Amino acid sequence: MSLRRIVATASRVWCQLLHDSRTLGLIFFVPCALLVLMKFVFENQRATFNEIEPLMLGTFPLTIMFLITSITTLRERTTGTLDRLMTMPIAKLDFILGYALAFTLVAAIQAALATWLVIGLLAVPVAGGALPMLIGAILGAFLGTALGLFVSAFARTEFQAVQFLPVVIIPQLMTCGLFVARDRMASWLYYFSDFMPMTYSVDAMKRVRIESSWSSTLTHDFVVVVGVAIGVLVLGAITIRRRD
Amino acid sequence: MSEPAVRLHHVSAHYGTTTALKDVSLSISSGTIIGLLGPSGAGKTTLLRIIVGCLRPSNGQVTVLGQPAGHRKLRGKVGYMTQAVSVYADLTVRQNLRYFATILGVSWSRLPGYMAEVDLTNQANQLAGTLSGGQKSRLSLAIALLGDPELLVLDEPTVGVDPVLRLQLWDIFRHQAAMGVTIIVSSHVMDEAAHCDELLLIRHGRLLAHDTPTSLCNRTHVLTVEDAFLALVKAPR
Repeated sequence: MSLRRIVATASRVWCQLLHDSRTLGLIFFVPCALLVLMKFVFENQRATFNEIEPLMLGTFPLTIMFLITSITTLRERTTGTLDRLMTMPIAKLDFILGYALAFTLVAAIQAALATWLVIGLLAVPVAGGALPMLIGAILGAFLGTALGLFVSAFARTEFQAVQFLPVVIIPQLMTCGLFVARDRMASWLYYFSDFMPMTYSVDAMKRVRIESSWSSTLTHDFVVVVGVAIGVLVLGAITIRRRD
Repeated sequence: MSEPAVRLHHVSAHYGTTTALKDVSLSISSGTIIGLLGPSGAGKTTLLRIIVGCLRPSNGQVTVLGQPAGHRKLRGKVGYMTQAVSVYADLTVRQNLRYFATILGVSWSRLPGYMAEVDLTNQANQLAGTLSGGQKSRLSLAIALLGDPELLVLDEPTVGVDPVLRLQLWDIFRHQAAMGVTIIVSSHVMDEAAHCDELLLIRHGRLLAHDTPTSLCNRTHVLTVEDAFLALVKAPR
């Protein structure tokens, strides 16, 4: 592992994004637009909206970062730049961590915008305050980035890559306690959701909404999200093949 | 005699049921320009990818600069220019070079020299995606030259390039070879043979000949490499 090569890769990905203002705009704008949309969906149910909106911060950034990153290493594969890099002295983990660093920084800006929107503009009451909410959104996005980088090692085409959304993300969305409280689901599904990282991302947001002080359960949720993300990144680095 | 830069020993490669290379053995000496000639689909890219270590052969041994192909110690010593223009289209020429230079541990202060070598100094701040085809392949070549590799593997670098630029590219290759770099250049244009010290003729995954251009033509009693290729294909094996 080399910090120099990780940072070089991250800043290279940043430069690419800066030249692609449309993508950058979509990354920042889309989650905010969806959060505002929720307000109008729950126009006449303010209490429900206040309950659900913070949970969206645990799911939207994660999903969007997953989608973006799931095709990025694929692009490197199809253009031949990955082949070229793999003949150079860069560790596969440097490559993956460079991407993770770049996209997590993007996600941090996205999360800051979304947090400001929810607490400031939409005036959703959040007992825990802005900071834990911001951290939760960033960590969720970091998890999405890690999962996306991981699956992109398996896809051979962009067409395959986008199919991973219904496979990896939607089951997690359905069982994370967003639609139905987890203990109301079939018991096997409850245990299934115990193993799904998004469950912890959403649980953290639930706690931030109702708990005014930082609990050890909140720390636990965050640790699980970060731990899974790091594990998935390492797996992603292992799965990239240097030699066909 | 010094150790060969590249040595293949009974190398075969299969993709599923198709065979891309059949029992290829060869040895390339250091500091020479080798032309890898053959029609499209002959197995040229497969052979090159095996040499740079991107592809594991199904059978046989490959030694590059004294190490097994794909060895960790070879990373950075082998410059590889893929057939696709493998540069970042959404980065400028300079940003592309800076990134790969950092990965290879090459000082940024040397980058103007590389840009001058491939005649892209005026395009330094232009996005690679907006360069012409020829300019893109020269950028790709500059990246392959970064870090002063001992072996340059170039997959069809002169395809679709205008005659003036083609001569410029050959000047660069000769300049590199004069500095002791071993260069393997693939092409499906037989005219390029005249620029090479030695030729590898390949068809249907088999090595037809490994010879100097002159001796190849003398041996087959023809005037051009193209005719020599035809003679070898027709000759009873």
